Amino acid sequence: MIPAAFEYHRPKDMAGVLAVLVEHGDEARVLAGGHSLIPMMKLRMADVPHLIDLQDVDGLSGITVDGGRVRIGAMTTQSDIIGHAALAEAAPIMREASLQIADPQVRYMGTVGGNVANGDPGNDMPGLMQCLDATFILVGPDGEREVQARDFYEAAYMTDREDDEVLLAVAFDAPSGGYAYEKQKRKIGDYATAAAAVLLEKNGDTCSAASIAMTNLSDTPVWSEAAGNALVGTSVDAAAIDAAVAAMLGDIDPTQDNRGPIEFKRHAAAMILRRAIARAWDRA
Amino acid sequence: MNKELSREERADALSGMGCKRKRVEDARFTQGKGNYVDDIKLPGMLFGDFVRSPYAHARIKSINTDAAMALDGVVAVLTAADLAPLGLHWMPTLAGDKQMVLADGKVLFQGQEVAYVVAKDRYIAADAVELVEVEYEELDVIVDPFASLESDVVLREDLVAEDGSLPDGAHGPRKHHNHIFTWEVGDKETTEQVIGDAEVVAEDMFYYHRTHPCPLETCGCVASMDKVNGKLTLYGTFQAPHAIRTVVSLISGIEEHNIRVISPDIGGGFGNKVGAYPGYVCSVVASIVTGVPVKWVEDRMENLMTTAFARDYWMKGKIAATKEGKITGLWCHTTADHGGFDACADPTKFPAGFMNICTGSYDIPVAYLAVDGVYTNKAPGGVSYRCSFRVTEAVYFIERMIEVLAIELNMDPAELRRINFIKKEQFPYKSALGWEYDSGDYHTAWDKALEAVDYKGLRAEQAQRVEDFKAGKTRSLMGIGLTFFTEIVGAGPVKNCDILGLGMFDSCEIRIHPTGSAIARLGTISQGQGHATTFAQILATEIGLPADSITIEEGDTDTAPYGLGTYGSRSTPVAGAATAMAGRKIRAKAQMIAAYLLEVHDDDVEFDVDRFVVKGAPEKFKTMKEIAFAAYNQAIPGIEPGLEAVSYYDPPNMTYPFGAYVCVMDIDVDTGVTDIRRFYALDDCGTRINPMIIEGQIHGGLTEALAVALGQEIAYDDMGNVKTGTLMDFFLPTAWEVPNYETDHTVTPSPHHPIGAKGVGESPHVGGVPCFSNAVNDAFKAFGLRHTHMPHDHWRIWQTANKLGLHG
Repeated sequence: MIPAAFEYHRPKDMAGVLAVLVEHGDEARVLAGGHSLIPMMKLRMADVPHLIDLQDVDGLSGITVDGGRVRIGAMTTQSDIIGHAALAEAAPIMREASLQIADPQVRYMGTVGGNVANGDPGNDMPGLMQCLDATFILVGPDGEREVQARDFYEAAYMTDREDDEVLLAVAFDAPSGGYAYEKQKRKIGDYATAAAAVLLEKNGDTCSAASIAMTNLSDTPVWSEAAGNALVGTSVDAAAIDAAVAAMLGDIDPTQDNRGPIEFKRHAAAMILRRAIARAWDRA
Repeated sequence: MNKELSREERADALSGMGCKRKRVEDARFTQGKGNYVDDIKLPGMLFGDFVRSPYAHARIKSINTDAAMALDGVVAVLTAADLAPLGLHWMPTLAGDKQMVLADGKVLFQGQEVAYVVAKDRYIAADAVELVEVEYEELDVIVDPFASLESDVVLREDLVAEDGSLPDGAHGPRKHHNHIFTWEVGDKETTEQVIGDAEVVAEDMFYYHRTHPCPLETCGCVASMDKVNGKLTLYGTFQAPHAIRTVVSLISGIEEHNIRVISPDIGGGFGNKVGAYPGYVCSVVASIVTGVPVKWVEDRMENLMTTAFARDYWMKGKIAATKEGKITGLWCHTTADHGGFDACADPTKFPAGFMNICTGSYDIPVAYLAVDGVYTNKAPGGVSYRCSFRVTEAVYFIERMIEVLAIELNMDPAELRRINFIKKEQFPYKSALGWEYDSGDYHTAWDKALEAVDYKGLRAEQAQRVEDFKAGKTRSLMGIGLTFFTEIVGAGPVKNCDILGLGMFDSCEIRIHPTGSAIARLGTISQGQGHATTFAQILATEIGLPADSITIEEGDTDTAPYGLGTYGSRSTPVAGAATAMAGRKIRAKAQMIAAYLLEVHDDDVEFDVDRFVVKGAPEKFKTMKEIAFAAYNQAIPGIEPGLEAVSYYDPPNMTYPFGAYVCVMDIDVDTGVTDIRRFYALDDCGTRINPMIIEGQIHGGLTEALAVALGQEIAYDDMGNVKTGTLMDFFLPTAWEVPNYETDHTVTPSPHHPIGAKGVGESPHVGGVPCFSNAVNDAFKAFGLRHTHMPHDHWRIWQTANKLGLHG
């Protein structure tokens, strides 16, 4: 658990960050909360000759809720999210999910940006961002660009972010209706055995809109459009839930690990989704 | 003038036995001021790190250290070839086997030590490890002990004679080249006959999976050879510093007076720090070679993968009973997976530890136990993780066996236990497998426990839950875990207990200072048990000086008397007894001094809390403080000056703590998630020295039991790769996973121990593991489950439910 030697950079502004990134390309990585990157470096599984600490760069953290649009700076910690009253009002699913990430000590350091940008399929925020249909704002040498969370993830640790780009913020429209983030894990601090993010809108007795995303059940987060569609236009009765679960199971591709064999993971995913739908519908 | 204190007030002022004295250690631990091995920094100190094998079984074709040696700051790279001329490329194990210090031609488990890099700082050492080039030729890997005994693959060529024959091992003949020993206890013929003729027989196989003690602080040492005076100082995380000194002397040839072993603060041991590891040998050699201190501290992955696992026992059992449930015989055959070397930490004559305590708390007339030790391509170890030698395995076996028998008899398992308990009047009780239980009152403890939890009410609630489940009203089942355990701790009598020929006595030396304070040194070493607190309490009561005026010191072999260390709940039963006995020697001399000062005959004074008083005239007295001063300033005819004593205590018997545990658990059948709703633990550890420390021990031991029962394991894949090498996958519970524990007690003192204490640190682990496991098994009993193996993590519970058809 001793990392290889690396150069430590601590720029004061984004221009400084980008300068190091442009100079060193894929030999440089930015450091946010460090909970994924630093263990990987200590295990010598990540080779990072140039580490760029973002903590002195102004303007990367903070939450704004403005006219139904939520924007969360990349360096905003999970602890900040949990404690933000306006966000809890606008998008309570963010608070519910953040409370299920690791433990308070980790949440004081862990950031939204690190969680979504690292591309770790075990992280909770990527699936949640897909569920919310969030937009990621990236900055690079050529300026800012936006990419949808649903288009961002390519494979485990592989994303649409270029080596010389930095995630600035995530933004999404405050959801309406019912919500639930349901997660099964072996213990505090563990990645999900299966997790589901569900947003449901209700019009009378009918589901008018649904968004469903699953975590740690493939090498990327899985936004299951088909699962959502299975609920829209229904009263979210047993048959509709069965259809949604079946659709979700068609979209995930879990692997066997210490959390259990594939068959169990599929079963757990189904159970977790059923519970998330029930809770979200109850709140809708 | 001060008001004369009452007898009770004087006793309270001592903070002696029975009071909830706050731990004196905690001031430094809670402020981060402890002094652990990795805190030791010596001038010019170098750092060691290991090149480890990525393969579980491979021949080493070549090792090239040139690139590593060329790295700036690298001082040395040791391989077996460098150690061989010193005869140190192999070392003896505590189990009578030998173990490679550095890979000698082949490796036998993943993570095995191949080369030892010494560098000027820790980072350079880690970089150099990557530069050592090792060429391996992979060999067939065996991770299953049953397959190992059938395999043509020879794991230990060093243990096969040139003509292909198998020389005897340390424990007798070997049946196969991968077989280590067979150990048999009891009456095989009669037991098998009783089972053959029995009205009812229950039979099952119980696998107690491989796990690891995983102390918060990993293993490590700092070796410092002073070439001028020829003295070696070895700081380390040693649970038995004196034994380590002797072992180092025997292995290295350095005379024992020239070796000083120091165990500083230790961050938990749980058996992991009993053995001797290659890191110690390499560090000592490196310090001798370089002439400067060398530090080696393993990281978490190295700790989990290489130093001293626990358990890995396959226990096949048969139990015979009458139709009424009276047990008539017990049979057990265990296949023990010891990994690549037999490095179990057991007393010499007990290759499977005290597994023969497996008749448990029950009056079983005849029994037979056989254990076969087997080599596989896994890490060596086999230590007693928070238990006396293999006692957790034994208790798990009998407490699962009882549950399976209850199913066979269609009888309530609480009642089955009750009718088979050894009765109070049967103590001292001689067990069928050779132990003499010192004292017990099992029925009283059991009744108290069952009443406390409203056992009948719980069973009624459970029956209703099963009905609701069958009716589709709930997807949750309820398990009631019962355990009644008897431990065997306090090893042990020198006549049958030794480690490497060293008798398992222990010791205490006391010096009373002129002003009435004292220092006591012991042969044990606290790893968190709170010895500095509790041993001072024993002495306070024995010698009448306040506990706050008594310093307890352990762990420095240059100053402490010889002892065998701390593990197997032996500190209180053995060193605690030595402390009381040394205290009584102090008191005996104090009595003579008091009599002289009071101008009466020795027999005319008696001890009274903190003083000696003239019999019948309590106003005439000398306090222990006054007596202490007199010992240093009075010329007393016939009495030497000073007030000191030393005691080496050879216990006449082991002690046998016991307890009654009940766990109430809800299980989500669909996800396999368990929720411990209630845990009640009644412990009887004999005389209680510090109830607060006992409660802390119970909480800690139960938490480690919960870990083992519900998920903690060292798992291997078929290639011998460790799958659980980090705390992400190796389950270490946090406050979140831990339920509220209710503790309770009865007190049945040990009749042979000077203060009647039996030891408690391991009871909750020994009793807790089967209790949690029984709860899981019990939840599914109504649906036909007899037994399912630990660890009961989510997917395995789901699998159990699935096999029982509970997922529709």
